[in-house]
Amino acid sequence: MTIAIRTLEDLTRPSATPDSPLATQEYFVNMGPQHPSTHGVLKLLLKLDGETVREVIPVLGYVHRGMEKVGEHLGYRQFVHMSDRMDYLSALMNNWAVSRAVETAMKIETNERIETIRTIMAELQRIQSHQLWWGVFGMDLGAFTPFLYGFRDREHVTDILEKTTGARLTMNYIQPGGLMFDLHPDFQKEVKEFIAYFRPKLKEYETLFSENVIVHKRVKGVGVLDAKTAISIGTTGPVLRASGVDYDLRKREPYGMYSKVKFEVALGTTGDTWDRYQVRIEEMKQSLSIIEQLIDNIPEGKTMLMKPGAKIKPPEGISYSHMETARGVLGIMLVSDGKDHRPYRIHLRTPNYNNIWSITHTAPGWRIADLVAILSSLDIVVPDMDR
Amino acid sequence: MNETTVWQVKTIAQRAQEALPDSVWLSAGYIALGLVGAGAFVALLGMVLIYAERKIAAHFQCRMGPMRVGWHGILQSIADTLKLLLKEDIVPENADKLLHLIAPFLCLLGALLTIAVLPMSPTLQVADVNIGVLYISAVSGLGVLGLLVAGWSSNNKWSLIGAMRAGAQIVSYELSATLALLVVVLLSGTLQLSKIVESQAQGWWIWRAHGVGIVSFIIFLIASVAEINRTPFDIAEGESELTAGFHTEYSGMRFAFFFLAEFINMFIVSAVCSTLFLGGWMPFHIGNLAGFNGIMDLIPPGLWFAGKTSFIIFLIMWFRWTFPRLRVDQLMKLEWKLLLPIGFVNLFAAAVIVLYNLYFFPK
Repeated sequence: MTIAIRTLEDLTRPSATPDSPLATQEYFVNMGPQHPSTHGVLKLLLKLDGETVREVIPVLGYVHRGMEKVGEHLGYRQFVHMSDRMDYLSALMNNWAVSRAVETAMKIETNERIETIRTIMAELQRIQSHQLWWGVFGMDLGAFTPFLYGFRDREHVTDILEKTTGARLTMNYIQPGGLMFDLHPDFQKEVKEFIAYFRPKLKEYETLFSENVIVHKRVKGVGVLDAKTAISIGTTGPVLRASGVDYDLRKREPYGMYSKVKFEVALGTTGDTWDRYQVRIEEMKQSLSIIEQLIDNIPEGKTMLMKPGAKIKPPEGISYSHMETARGVLGIMLVSDGKDHRPYRIHLRTPNYNNIWSITHTAPGWRIADLVAILSSLDIVVPDMDR
Repeated sequence: MNETTVWQVKTIAQRAQEALPDSVWLSAGYIALGLVGAGAFVALLGMVLIYAERKIAAHFQCRMGPMRVGWHGILQSIADTLKLLLKEDIVPENADKLLHLIAPFLCLLGALLTIAVLPMSPTLQVADVNIGVLYISAVSGLGVLGLLVAGWSSNNKWSLIGAMRAGAQIVSYELSATLALLVVVLLSGTLQLSKIVESQAQGWWIWRAHGVGIVSFIIFLIASVAEINRTPFDIAEGESELTAGFHTEYSGMRFAFFFLAEFINMFIVSAVCSTLFLGGWMPFHIGNLAGFNGIMDLIPPGLWFAGKTSFIIFLIMWFRWTFPRLRVDQLMKLEWKLLLPIGFVNLFAAAVIVLYNLYFFPK
């Protein structure tokens, strides 16, 4: 089997036979790294024929900070703080992934209280992340109001999380061996209030945006990612599930309290932008129900099983943990040589890095406006991609 | 039928003409009033509309909008104007310098010229040309030239795409807008704007003509929202796609002129819409209810015009803060496959109605 490797030079060469019926000239545009809808510093090199996109070449690395290498010089506990800065919209889930990898290596068994709180936090964060995505998706389609609606509701979750974790974005609350602090006394009450508040707001989202005929015209059937391609690229999370592949680590390899709660995995059918939209909206509903099932049943127990100053020194070996963040599967591999307090090697498998490549398959043939919609439906976070 | 108030239309141009035999200076004064007044009106209107837009947007989005400068941020527009005046005037190195400079003024020119013929009240109209409707549709098309020149001269691919989109869009939607205007011309039998307003003394054209009026009102509203490049048809600017479309390379005062032109154009289409379909400065009358009509007549015609125009401006802002943007091919499809055929059928129906005198309250 031969694999055709196309270099950047090949890709940026105008096609010999343009597939446009008009005698047009192809041209290249740099979309980004400064562009309103590339969500930070992603650069897409576009080959355009008039308005039609012929080729998309993602150019990554503008916020590459060498997380993996930096991690080799930090203690395990310090690396939790780094993980906040990868996918900053699912900071708690990143923390959890690192903590789980360390806990597997150290063979620490956490108690039910810790796991329940972690699960609730992760689901709150998932809702928060999807709220922001919903707002940005609206803005990328040209509607400004959803952005502020999304942020308005996100504020409620952020406030709840802030009260317990003390931070609004980079929370580093989940630590190897437990949690940074116990829950704030108001936590349960406020989460219940939020659920009661947010359920009707989800309906509002639909009347404002999902039921709009322009939205349907703009996203239905646009940027279809079939299941086979989705798997071969290695996409995960809502992007993969929208293509109809039932792959959710919360069900496949349950961690935390996911095996004890009832929820359904939201699945799409065709894998177009509309399906990716619907999957995330459905996930918000499922997350609400997961939180609802757990919030009244937080068992008593300790929230930290390690001494605060204890040095973490896992035995020699490799430990791997992966979990379903808001954007897909985040995998963390830690290699320990058994001698140092620092990992010998860290490898990160971040969801966005794989998800972004799907755009090279889905966007060609569509217009610039569709490219923006497809890109937005992937829900990318660039620091996570470049790490 | 009770005798309705007889409206005496007297434009500033007429006053200047009448004053000419007595005193050249008075006549010149009137002309100056017309010119300066229109200019000042445009500048002031721009500021008011920007403030209104920001406040309306804010309240649609559950926030307060400008609150810091003056009472409820009422001086915010002045602060912004000062900021734009003081900003550095950046011209891209490889831009066509002359065209880059001209473009914003071309854009504003189209808007300014239209202001001259708008009948704001029987006594407040700069000139009352006898081909008013034709004049408006001709002059308002001038704005697109500004957008095209801006996109071309910036020497930026995003700008160029924006300009091409603007060109295709505005030229297409001009057709529908004009077809909708023709319906009213048919019904009222005149092209002169003040006469069109007077023809609505018995009832506004939007409902006087068996549905034809309302259809052309809706077509005109959609087409004119597209013509002034506002959401859901703001593809020429297309912030999330083309960074800022045709004005990507504009900053400072040059950008301010585009901005001003956009808002003035919004006022103009609302004013034309209210003049042709909602009776302009004509008060609201119901048949023979003399008492009710009398009360309505107490409200000065200028206020009627302002009220109707503000209502349509509000409607257009409402669109903007609710809808997402259409795609460029969907936009064209909407025009050529939907609005234009409906417009033609509607025009034909209007012709039949006029021919057989079917509209309400025939004279």
